[in-house]
Amino acid sequence: MKKGMSRKTRAAVTGQLFVAPAALIVLVLFVIPLGMLVWMSFQDYPLLGSPTFNGVDNYTSIPGNDTFLNAIGFTLAYTGATTVVMFGVSFILVAIANSSRRGSKFYRTSYFLPYVVGTAAATLLWFVDSDTLVGVFNQIPLALGIIKEPIAFLSTPELAFWTTIALVTWKFIGFQVIILLMGLQSIPRELYEAARVDGATVLQQLRYITIPFLRPILALLFILSVTGSLLAFDQFLILTKGGPDNSTVSLVYAVYNTAFVKFDMGKAAALSVVLLVALLLISAVQLPLLRRKDV
Amino acid sequence: MANSPITAASATKTTLFHLFSGIAAILFLFPLVWAVLSSFKSPTDTSWFPTSFSLANYQTLVDYGSGVLSYAWNSLFSAVLTVVGTVVICVLAGYGFSRYEFRGKRPLFIVILAILMVPYATLLLPLYILLGNIGMQDSLIGLALVLVMFQLPFGILIMRNAFESVPRELEEAANIDGCGPIGALRHVSLRIVTPGIVTIALFAFLASWNEFLAPLIFLNSGDKFTLPMMLVNVRSGTFGEIDFCALQAGVVVAMIPCLVLYLVLQRYYVSGLLNGALRG
Repeated sequence: MKKGMSRKTRAAVTGQLFVAPAALIVLVLFVIPLGMLVWMSFQDYPLLGSPTFNGVDNYTSIPGNDTFLNAIGFTLAYTGATTVVMFGVSFILVAIANSSRRGSKFYRTSYFLPYVVGTAAATLLWFVDSDTLVGVFNQIPLALGIIKEPIAFLSTPELAFWTTIALVTWKFIGFQVIILLMGLQSIPRELYEAARVDGATVLQQLRYITIPFLRPILALLFILSVTGSLLAFDQFLILTKGGPDNSTVSLVYAVYNTAFVKFDMGKAAALSVVLLVALLLISAVQLPLLRRKDV
Repeated sequence: MANSPITAASATKTTLFHLFSGIAAILFLFPLVWAVLSSFKSPTDTSWFPTSFSLANYQTLVDYGSGVLSYAWNSLFSAVLTVVGTVVICVLAGYGFSRYEFRGKRPLFIVILAILMVPYATLLLPLYILLGNIGMQDSLIGLALVLVMFQLPFGILIMRNAFESVPRELEEAANIDGCGPIGALRHVSLRIVTPGIVTIALFAFLASWNEFLAPLIFLNSGDKFTLPMMLVNVRSGTFGEIDFCALQAGVVVAMIPCLVLYLVLQRYYVSGLLNGALRG
C-alpha cells in the first residue's frame, strides 16, 4: 500500500503498460483508417486532388457500375469452386500426411512447401509454366504425346478460371492440410481403440469420432477459405490481368482499379465499405458454425 | 503361412500408398524444382528442357533497374522491421492479456481480433492517405508498421495462449527472488514460449517478404521497390518481350529464403501452432 496505490491498481497499470504498444498501433493504423474509409466514401476524392463532400453519390453510382456487378458474380463463383476443390483435395492429402507409414513426413513437407512461397512469386512461376511456347505444362504433355497442340491456359474465361483455381490449390492447400492434421492428432487415441473394441466400422468411427471432433477446425478452415477467396486479388492481377475480356476481375481488383487506374478514391472507398459490410454479414452467418455442438 | 495372403495384401496397399502420395509430392514440388533448374539455363538455349548451365540470368537481374540486390535489401529491411515489431508488441501484449486484469481489456482484445474480419485490401486506401499525412508515404518503415498491424491478431492470440500454458507459480517464485514483471517475463516465461515466438516471427517474415499489394500501393520510387514488385516489373518486360529465364531466376531469389527458413524452423513452427492457435 505504498503511495496510495493498492496492489490491484498497480497490477492493472502494469497490465495496461504491457498492452499499450499494441493499443497504439491498433488505434492509429486500424481504428482511425476505418473511420477515414467511411468518411472518404462520402467525398468526391480524386487521387491527386482535394476531397469535396458529395453525399451518397458514391453509393448510388454502385448499381450502375458494371465492372463491380460482374465482379460480384465472378468472385462468388470463384469462392465456391475454390472452397469445394480445396476441401476435397485436402481430405485426401491429410489422410496421406496422417498415415503411420514411412515417408509420410516427407509427403507432408512437400505438400506444404508451396505455401511458404509468396503469391506473386508462385503466380509468376505458373505464368511461365503455362506459356504455350516455353511452358513446361505444355512441353511435357507434348513430349509424351498426350496432347498434339499446346493449350493456351489463359486464353478463354473458363480455362483462365480453372488455371487460377489449380494455382491457388497448389499454393494454399498445405496450410489447410497442416491445420487438419493437427486437429486429427489432437483426438485421443483411446476413443478409436474403444470404438474398435465395440466393433465400430471405419465409417462409423469417422462419423461418430473424427468428424465431431474436427468440427470447429473444419468451420475455421471454411471461414478462412471463404474470406480469403472473396478477397482474392494478387493472382488475378499477375496471372490473368483480369482477362480475357475482363472475365476474371475480382471484387478487390475492381476496387483497386477504381482507386489507382481511374483515380477515384471516393468511389473506391464506397465499394470498400460495401465489401466490408458484406463480409461482416457473411462472417456473422458463419460464426455459429464455430461453436462446438455436443460431441 | 496363414499370414501370407494378408502380408501380400498389405504390401500391395503400401505400394499403392507410395505410388499415389509420391505422384502428388512430385506435382507439388515440380514447379519449384523446375524454376531452380531453368534459372541456370543459358539465355541462348531455346530448348524447353534445360541442358546448359550459366549464371547469365542472375547477371541480368543484377543489371536490372536498381539491381536485384537493392530490391532484396528493401525486402529484407522491411521484413526484419516487421518481424521485430511483431514479436516485441505481441510478446508484451500477449503477456499483458494472459497475466493481468485491467479496464478495457476485453474491448481491446475484441478490436484486435476485428482486424481479421476487415478486408485487408480495403484498409489500404485510407492507410495510403494516412501515411501520406504523417510523412511516411513511399517509406519502407511505414510499410513495415502497416504489416505489423495486420500480424497483431494472429500474433497476440498465439502469444496469449502460449503464456497461459506457463504456470503462474514460476513467475511468482521469480517475483519473490526479486524480479520485477519484466524480469519475470524475460528470465522465466520467455524461454518456455520460444516455439510460439518462432511461429509468429516466421509468419511475420513470410507475410512481409512475400507481400505484394501493400508495397504496390505505398511505394512510388523505383529504388524502394521490394522483390515481388521487381518480379512483376521483369515480367512486364522491355520492348514487349518477356525474359522468361530472368523471371525464373528472380522467382528463385524470392522463394529460396522462405523455403530455407521454413525447413530450418519447421519443428518449432508446428509445436508453436499446436500450443497457440488451436486452443481457446
